Amino acid sequence: MSSIGTGYDLSVTTFSPDGRVFQIEYAAKAVDNSGTVIGIKCKDGIVMGVEKLIASKMMLPGSNRRIHSVHRHSGMAVAGLAADGRQIVARAKSEATNYQSVYGEPIPVKELAERVASYVHLCTLYWWLRPFGCGIILGGYDRDGPQLYMVEPSGISYRYFGAAIGKGKQAAKTEIEKLKLSEMTCREGVIEVAKIIYNVHDEAKDKAFELEMSWVCDESKQQHQKVPDDLLEEAKAAARTALEEMDAD
Amino acid sequence: MDLNMDLNAPHSMGTTIIGVTYNGGVVLGADSRTSTGMYVANRASDKITQLTDNVYVCRSGSAADSQLVSDYVRYFLHQHTIQLGQPATVKVAANLIRLLSYNNKNMLETGLIVGGWDKYEGGKIYGIPLGGTLIEQPFAIGGSGSSYLYGFFDQAWKEGMTKDEAEQLVVKAVSLAIARDGASGGVVRTVVINSEGVTRNFYPGDKLQLWHEELEPQNSLLDILSSPSPEPMNI
Repeated sequence: MSSIGTGYDLSVTTFSPDGRVFQIEYAAKAVDNSGTVIGIKCKDGIVMGVEKLIASKMMLPGSNRRIHSVHRHSGMAVAGLAADGRQIVARAKSEATNYQSVYGEPIPVKELAERVASYVHLCTLYWWLRPFGCGIILGGYDRDGPQLYMVEPSGISYRYFGAAIGKGKQAAKTEIEKLKLSEMTCREGVIEVAKIIYNVHDEAKDKAFELEMSWVCDESKQQHQKVPDDLLEEAKAAARTALEEMDAD
Repeated sequence: MDLNMDLNAPHSMGTTIIGVTYNGGVVLGADSRTSTGMYVANRASDKITQLTDNVYVCRSGSAADSQLVSDYVRYFLHQHTIQLGQPATVKVAANLIRLLSYNNKNMLETGLIVGGWDKYEGGKIYGIPLGGTLIEQPFAIGGSGSSYLYGFFDQAWKEGMTKDEAEQLVVKAVSLAIARDGASGGVVRTVVINSEGVTRNFYPGDKLQLWHEELEPQNSLLDILSSPSPEPMNI
């Protein structure tokens, strides 16, 4: 639903007559143009996956990480402008260590999500700042169990069972809704996330991509880490097979 | 006898303070004497102060310093509770007290025992002595009167007591310390904190056990003097 906001879209401090702030909506479009990022909450943890579109064949595999650890118990996956994402991750890391120093315990995921959302929202309030052009999926495991949050460029943050942002978000959301997440372990979740990302990847429009995944669950001792290589390979293989089966129909 | 009592000396709480965990919560106990040099400024003070609904702190050392630290931490915890949307944990309260004690160690003189109950860890006791260390303990003792209680607790403490056993232990310990420490006295106050809530108790002098010279003499040789024929070794 694109509309022209002529005249009312020059500054983030201007409302349009129908109550929209166009600059924020344009920021969201930057997120929609990036590779798909999804996150799901399984019964024992969180799994996040990123469709990393490769710009050049000469890039080293494994470089340009899109999923970052914020603290021992939480991580975030970023979609949209990568440089903007780096700022947000730095801020989140700083908030987490500061909270730990003052209160003596790891920052609750809910509190971290609120702080990140506040920071993103801050940049939508002043004419001399532009909104962040990235969407964030934040997953963590604290004393209240595993939790998944999504933060949009407007500064809204909600808690989810499953979330998707980027190019293939509509298709990904449909796939996630089919899953029975409350009965799934993270091990199974990793395979499902890989299948979904391979599925929503558009071969025609974008050539190559690299799959990057992370989890925080009971199996990883509630620490946020990259999915172990053997499991990652297993997931990729299962995803490729599923794709071939679909194409064979 | 020094008649030049310094009535303008800073109020200090000689004090005996105790915090003990039991199966289901904690019991905090303290005496009630606040002294200004040799003069007892308040014989019925309340040294167990509330920080939140579920966390209390026992104060010792300088009365002013311990009150100010408690006031700051109560304020920070209140804001923290609003932000978090649920009660603060005992650990967070203890950490805030520790940060103030440690970072201002040159100016403060106060030893504190933080005790409370939260839904994640249950009953917990944290001792924060003079320098600002933070140490989680199954029981903690502090104040000038605590010197007389180390041996007592080594023998009498056990893991997994019931609420009544723990409270009786605390009352007995404070009362023993009051008997031996000149800077501790007055009444014994206790606060019990568990999942059901907080209960304050008060034990005045007549409710406490008698010790040593306070007891009636039994089989004393002084009985010879009051008997009809004061013949030694003939009783």
